[in-house]
Amino acid sequence: MSTAAAPAGTSAGTAADDAPPRRRRRSRASRREAWAAYGFLSPWAIGFVGLTVGPIVASLVLSFTDYNLLDAGDTSWVGTDNYREALTEDRLVLHSLKVTAYYATLAVALDLVVGLAVALLLNTGLRAIGAIRTIYYLPAAVSGVAVSLLWLWIFQPSSGLANAMLDLVGLPRIDWVYSTTWVIPAFVLMSLWGVGRSAFIYLAILQRIPTNLYEAAAVDGAGPFTRFRRITLPLVTPAIFLNLVLGIISNFQTFTQAFVISEGGPANASLFYTLYLYRNAFRYFRVGYASALAWILFALLLALTLVAFRSSRRWVYYEAGGAR
Amino acid sequence: MSFPKVSGAKVSGAVTTDALGPRLTGRWSRRICAVVIVAGAAAVLAPLAWMISTSLKPESQVFRTPIEWVPSTVRTENYREAVSLIPFWRYALNSLVIAVPVVIGTVATSVAVAFAFARMRAPGLGWLFGLVIAAIMLPGEVTLVPSFLLFNELGWVGTYLPLTVPAWLGGGAFNIFLLRQYFLTIPREQDELARVEGHSHLSILLRVIVPQSWPAVAVVAAFEFVHVWNDFLGPLLYISEADRYTLPLGLNFYKDIYNTQWAHLMAASLLALLPCIVVFFLAQRAFTQGVVLTGRR
Repeated sequence: MSTAAAPAGTSAGTAADDAPPRRRRRSRASRREAWAAYGFLSPWAIGFVGLTVGPIVASLVLSFTDYNLLDAGDTSWVGTDNYREALTEDRLVLHSLKVTAYYATLAVALDLVVGLAVALLLNTGLRAIGAIRTIYYLPAAVSGVAVSLLWLWIFQPSSGLANAMLDLVGLPRIDWVYSTTWVIPAFVLMSLWGVGRSAFIYLAILQRIPTNLYEAAAVDGAGPFTRFRRITLPLVTPAIFLNLVLGIISNFQTFTQAFVISEGGPANASLFYTLYLYRNAFRYFRVGYASALAWILFALLLALTLVAFRSSRRWVYYEAGGAR
Repeated sequence: MSFPKVSGAKVSGAVTTDALGPRLTGRWSRRICAVVIVAGAAAVLAPLAWMISTSLKPESQVFRTPIEWVPSTVRTENYREAVSLIPFWRYALNSLVIAVPVVIGTVATSVAVAFAFARMRAPGLGWLFGLVIAAIMLPGEVTLVPSFLLFNELGWVGTYLPLTVPAWLGGGAFNIFLLRQYFLTIPREQDELARVEGHSHLSILLRVIVPQSWPAVAVVAAFEFVHVWNDFLGPLLYISEADRYTLPLGLNFYKDIYNTQWAHLMAASLLALLPCIVVFFLAQRAFTQGVVLTGRR
């Protein structure tokens, strides 16, 4: 083929116009290419079937049984009993959903607002801004048990950093993760430490807003507030939407912090849904029931995501032709 | 979930923007911004500074109020003791034994899969890519328990196989997506040319695509390293023998035993975080770009 440099989009068209013998050779080549492509995809395909589709189906089937990890031989079909128990009898399910929703709402809302504020400030062209940006993003690189231990220490009532800061501004001390009232706000504060992540998503968009938009607006007499409301805010709505959807999904799956810091306590005040699911599966060995809990979570997240996508048509601004 | 392409003029040279409009001109507004931003950065650094400070104090000074940011007595022995109270280096080695094959497997297979999606033609490819995207939305909880049963059936529980083998099976939907998007930005003429010269697909991938994709590959490798190094739930499910603990498991175990020895706990935690902080500074550009490219968090 001599037209190697032709743009990719046109090559499919020329294939159809080719003379029959050439087309034949072509199709053998394209069959070879297809097999090569499937070869490249094969690791993913094995993983997708074995570790995604298979488990999804298994999980769905298990959720209608009373499968117990210790007593797998004696498993029977229980129909929708697990779902009924979870949604009507087991008060901890509703409780853990409330805990999780409370945490996720606060964490996502603060992340959206503070993230945007940080991004706006980081975009002001001050000196040494590069180093400061790095600092804001640093918490994103660390997570897990070590960070949880750090925050457990910060939240120690007698001599932790959090109460030392409250002392400094003259506010009364708080029992933080040892208080049923403050344990969730404490986790929210901890999550806010990682606000640099969403700030960076905002920043990526802010830096692409053309200056002349602002210049024109300023010429027309728009003040800073109007410029923010009429130019910046509409243009960052795609980032708000992205942070919203990702925030909902990731915050609903909070596990490690709760496991390490508060172990669901005090008095189940931080019994996050995933923690409760983990306990059912791996502490009470109720695999069937835990599978039903997983599907309830999945359904809930799917519904929330759909609502977010539906509503996005009304408030997310995509510049004409740009988003496609 | 794509970003809008802001079309139009390039940012003109004379005036830089901030989000509120052209560069802040008022001296006071600039000052206020600077103060707020530096205060915020200090707040972000404070927990880490507090961690370092605590790790260098004798246990007797740890509980002092009002707090001391700079320890009056610096005690570096905390670090030596912290790594011997628990078999720290053993756990670190275990973590590394898991992290290395996971990072290599993730990069190798996600690059191959992304290449097929970005560059090759075969029936059903678009449809399969849709499945990749759908997998991003799936919460891990759904597959958690059946995967455990599967690995249990295979006799893999208690070994590192459930933690390492999945990385070789596609390397994760996010990584595939990120790499595919990056590969699409490389001009196609180059691989067409290589194809005419008789190179195979594999050799096009290795000679043309990968050498031009180091930023994206670095993002994938760095993210994956930090992720696997900090992973807690995976090892918690699959490893029970104390000898085979990873660092996160070891630290959690450490907390349960020595839960009031904050200086030692902070020293051990800081050492455990160090590789991630080093990777962060090495791959800093890649890191921030990766967030921008994928929205990954």
